[in-house]
Amino acid sequence: MNVSAQNIAFAGNKGDRVRSDCFVNLELAKEGGLQILLQSKVKPMFGNSINKLVEDILNHFEINNAKITIVDSGALPFVLAARIEASIKKLIKTDKEFLLELIPENRYQTKKDAFRFSRLYLPGNTPSLMLNAGIHNPNGIILDLEDAVAPDKKFEASFVVRNALREVNYYGAERMVRINQVPQGLDDLDFIVPHNVNLILVPKCESKNQIVAVNKRIDSIKKEKGIKGDIWLMPIIESALGVIKAYEIASAADNVASIAIGLEDYTADLGTRRTNKGTESFFARSMVVNAAKAAGIQAIDSVFSDISDMEALKQNVLVSKSLGFDGMGCIHPRQIRVIHENFAPDQPEIEKAKKIVDAFLKANEKGLGVVSLGSKMIDAPVVKRAQKTVDLAISLGLLEKNWRKDI
Amino acid sequence: MKKYDKLVKNAVGRMVPTIVNGEEHIPFKGVGKHFPTGRKYAPRIASCANYPSDGNKTVSSLKEALVKAGLKDGMTISTHHHFRNGDIIANQIFDIANEMGVKNLRWYPSASFPCHEHLIPYLEDGTINRIEGSMNGPLGRFASQGKMKGLGVLRSHGGRYQAVQDGEVQIDITIIAAPSADPFGNANGVDGPAACGLLGFALADSQYADKVIVVTDNLVSFPCIPWQIHGNYVDYVVEVDKVGIPEKIISGTTQITKSPDRLLIAEMTAKFCDQAGIVKDGFSYQAGAGGTALSIGIFFSELLKERGWKARFIRAGSNKYPVQMLEDGLVEYILDGQTFDLEGVRSMRENPGHVNTSPFTSYNYHGKGNFAGMVDVVILGATEVDINFNANVVTHSDGYLLHGIGGWQNCLFSKCTILPIPLFRDRVPVVKDEVTTICAPGELVDVIVTERGIAINPKRKDLIEKLKDSDLSIKTIEELKEEAEKICGVPEKPNLSDEIVAVIKWVDGTIIDAVRKVL
Repeated sequence: MNVSAQNIAFAGNKGDRVRSDCFVNLELAKEGGLQILLQSKVKPMFGNSINKLVEDILNHFEINNAKITIVDSGALPFVLAARIEASIKKLIKTDKEFLLELIPENRYQTKKDAFRFSRLYLPGNTPSLMLNAGIHNPNGIILDLEDAVAPDKKFEASFVVRNALREVNYYGAERMVRINQVPQGLDDLDFIVPHNVNLILVPKCESKNQIVAVNKRIDSIKKEKGIKGDIWLMPIIESALGVIKAYEIASAADNVASIAIGLEDYTADLGTRRTNKGTESFFARSMVVNAAKAAGIQAIDSVFSDISDMEALKQNVLVSKSLGFDGMGCIHPRQIRVIHENFAPDQPEIEKAKKIVDAFLKANEKGLGVVSLGSKMIDAPVVKRAQKTVDLAISLGLLEKNWRKDI
Repeated sequence: MKKYDKLVKNAVGRMVPTIVNGEEHIPFKGVGKHFPTGRKYAPRIASCANYPSDGNKTVSSLKEALVKAGLKDGMTISTHHHFRNGDIIANQIFDIANEMGVKNLRWYPSASFPCHEHLIPYLEDGTINRIEGSMNGPLGRFASQGKMKGLGVLRSHGGRYQAVQDGEVQIDITIIAAPSADPFGNANGVDGPAACGLLGFALADSQYADKVIVVTDNLVSFPCIPWQIHGNYVDYVVEVDKVGIPEKIISGTTQITKSPDRLLIAEMTAKFCDQAGIVKDGFSYQAGAGGTALSIGIFFSELLKERGWKARFIRAGSNKYPVQMLEDGLVEYILDGQTFDLEGVRSMRENPGHVNTSPFTSYNYHGKGNFAGMVDVVILGATEVDINFNANVVTHSDGYLLHGIGGWQNCLFSKCTILPIPLFRDRVPVVKDEVTTICAPGELVDVIVTERGIAINPKRKDLIEKLKDSDLSIKTIEELKEEAEKICGVPEKPNLSDEIVAVIKWVDGTIIDAVRKVL
């Protein structure tokens, strides 16, 4: 065991407004055994199980003499474990990890072209917001290690994010993490790649090389841990240089599933201000859409930050959709429905898609190789897109499952 | 006098005392199973000859009124919670009693609030023997730790009226703090600097107490109109500088929730009611003043507006949201038990459709009916629910007394009782094997709505049938419980002593459960 010169460390949060979190103060000692001081409002119900968890973790890291004080505000085990491990690793260098079960509900994969209308950003060091994120049914949930975490909290946040990937039920949402800017962000990959992350957001992306570097690290972790399965990337374009290099980035690797634009940083880079009208970002947004479509992937729009104005959000989504975007970020669960409803295909789109899919199925049934609608031949990509629209309409409840019976 | 004695197992399987504070009580027998015979309690006959012929009953101070009313050891003193946390009179009464060296009083409030922490020294020194009413905050902690000399008794608003009417609790002196009154004792809650809306909780006390004192800071010439309290019941009137703190009268929970999780629960509840066919033209509902309940009201009002419907009545706790519905023509009547904000007070003053009610009309179980049963759907909160749909509203999972019962038990008789609750709160599962304290027998709880699914009581086959093709996530209560435990872990039972600190009354005056001392 390699003990650093320092022997006291702490992690986590406490205070009247803190919920579902805890504060851990760890003091290593040379003798005296383990001393666990637990202050918790759930002590009558979970005191014994918390003490047991603390002992298990300290034993796991072979710590036999220490005083550990925990101020608990109803933290779930994955949070307690993350806070304790972070405090330990501030004092001790070790490759060991204390991993909780990767719950069966979280062991799914996603497709490259999965729907990504909405992706909900959650700060990586705020566990209270993670517990119920999935029940609001966003297409994706992003645990953010980058801008939503204060610099001095990034170390402990990575343990919360890792444990959340294993223990928090995502209820089918795509499991996403935003790492820090490359190269710093490469170290974040150790905390997420082995834990069935579906998609990684690469912020402030400005070159193909960054994507290559990310993939190199992902591959080496996968190899080391014997992990299979796809991990998709979503580079975020947040600078003038990034915009200019958008196509290079979009086509940098096969696992780049979409590219997104981040307008706060982009407008700052231009030396202008972000407006609701968005004239200043029209070029960048169009560049990103065109780069994405040229590379055959999705284009994802920036977040809309006024969480109280649903009408303005709706207008924003409609503009976004008309520019060719396939989805956008959100920062509050109430935004999800507005985004879904307005990115969703409208009735004329659904009708057209139904006709195309129906023609395709009829042609198949008749054993015809060529699909035509009226006098027009229909290409395979058109059929594919129509099928997606139909699937989407069904999943959104806009179309019945057995819609063909009415045709 | 024994604090409690002779424990028996009641109809919901809980061990409860049949002797409480030296008096006999009946264990819970089941819903609608207890039929008292005999006649109601009768107050003494008064004579006009003993009262000033000019109708002026004013005396110079609260102390003088209490002395004239004969304040002495062992009396039952009642007060009311119309001013909520802005009440200042109850504390003054016991300051006076303490100063006079009076001991062993029973305090019979319609509810207590954190402002009454002031009374703890009097509970310690024996000025007050016990509280029979809600205990929360510091008082709840005090009682839960077994420090109260007598045994606490918690009753619903309707149960409080019933206990007075049936003579189970005989009030010696009631003190009614009134925002407006005349020298004869007529009083109301709608006018004056401390206007709080109505005085319904004081009705039973005015009718049945031996001595009735009205205290006001807004003494008007006769007649004080409307006369929500009739001066004909009143012995003394006291004018004071200040009767309550207006800004604290406003209840803290009168904003719709901003929490996305609670909004989701509210939306699911409204959707459930819609799919069950409950929301329709002419329907009625009761939703409390909590953030989730208020949001459900908003969803209801949107549905009504969209379809051109109108609710017949809202049973309230009113505030600006139902008032807005009344003034927008989305509901014909608000039948109001207490107003939670100044908009409610204003509306009660101005709108004929905003009607003041009392626990007699709305809740009293020993009457020839009450209107709780006519409400189509009622939305209630709960601290815990168990797999038998029993619900708890008074204690926290750690065993501490936390809330009063309020009108909660009385509302259970509506046509559909829904509890929208989170599945867990800060790691504490809300759905569990067994509730700490039974306040509602499961047969009266119809639906539990959580953010992770809705459980319908198996007894409600009609609702299950109506929702069978619903897109809402309908689960069994056991599934919800398991889901909560999967996330939180299985909680240990709270560490409680066998010693009883309070009993919970059912609406018919029988004892449904007992609260144990927290160790």
